[in-house]
Amino acid sequence: MNYLKEFTKGFIKENPLLVLVLGTCPSLAVTTSAVNAIGMGFATTFVLFMSNVLISLLKNLIPNKVRIPAFIVIIATFVTIVDLVMQAYFPDLYKALGVFIPLIVVNCIVLGRAEAFAQKNNVLASFLDGLGMGLGFTMAILIIASIREILGNGSFFDIKLTSEDASTILIFIMPPGAFITFGYIMVLMNKLKSKLN
Amino acid sequence: MDIVHIIILALLVNNVVLSQFLGICPFLGVSQKLSTSIGMGAAVIFVITLANLVTFMLYNFVLSPLHIEFMQTITFILVIASLVQIVEIVLKKVSPPLYQALGIYLPLITTNCAVLGTAIISITKNYNLIENLVYGISIALGFTLALVLMAGIREQLVLNGVPKAMKGFPIALITAGLLSLAFMGFAGLVK
Repeated sequence: MNYLKEFTKGFIKENPLLVLVLGTCPSLAVTTSAVNAIGMGFATTFVLFMSNVLISLLKNLIPNKVRIPAFIVIIATFVTIVDLVMQAYFPDLYKALGVFIPLIVVNCIVLGRAEAFAQKNNVLASFLDGLGMGLGFTMAILIIASIREILGNGSFFDIKLTSEDASTILIFIMPPGAFITFGYIMVLMNKLKSKLN
Repeated sequence: MDIVHIIILALLVNNVVLSQFLGICPFLGVSQKLSTSIGMGAAVIFVITLANLVTFMLYNFVLSPLHIEFMQTITFILVIASLVQIVEIVLKKVSPPLYQALGIYLPLITTNCAVLGTAIISITKNYNLIENLVYGISIALGFTLALVLMAGIREQLVLNGVPKAMKGFPIALITAGLLSLAFMGFAGLVK
């Protein structure tokens, strides 16, 4: 088994958001600023690799019939940990991300990796798969968030790029901007894919 | 007056899909045909209303008195998952025609983040039982409204010459963006 390949496949070839189109809800909702995107990305990455590791350790103990509820309980446990840690140490970020932290439970990426990868592979491969997929997801939402923050707010990582009184394209940090930005990134991805083939 | 306020806010101003980004997966996935979108919408109304009521009671009568509010994510998702299963079994027994109509959509709803999202958000709003019930129904109706509108547009869209790179998800997302822009106009309805 090629461990390096398991790690890097989540970046581009099987990018969970841009290629598999999983986890669209948080990637539209929390991408109003690059800081939020990084926070959300790392929270998801943590849940992904931790649940992947635990599920691959327990894969022989969990009866096949009740595996989905068992996976959901494992995932929900790690989400609760992230939720409490963030609330304690990053209260501002916690407020900005709001309901989307507990909603990592129903993020299709996490359950999808548990079902498709962790229950069939060993611990190290599952860990690398979770980490790679998480970082791929973080990268994708960071791209969306960067475009939205620069165009909509005239700043990047909260550093102002334009002068204070310059008017920005406000629509990009509002809900319609999320849909339109993500839509055009997908257009670009499709164009690249057809060029490569 | 308060009830009307809750309905307008939940249904139009803060539409669950178009301004809160909950339930995007079914919104994009099941909006190709008008008939299936109506079926999905009906199933969602049923489940969200019921799940919202059950999680509300669970939080206020069990989790809150015992001071274990941090367990809410785990308990809510388990309750929703089992609720969907129970609804499916009961419907199959009691009303086969309704089961025929909604059956295929029910398993999909467990992973619909609008259900869990609504349950969590409505807890933070400190509503009483009636307000909570109205809130749940309005959110679900808002979801159905957005889904049916989207399906109507996408049925027409198939007949148009969409550029190849924009077919499928991209054009659906851009359409959703324009719909969301239109829904922003409702913000003036409530002070």
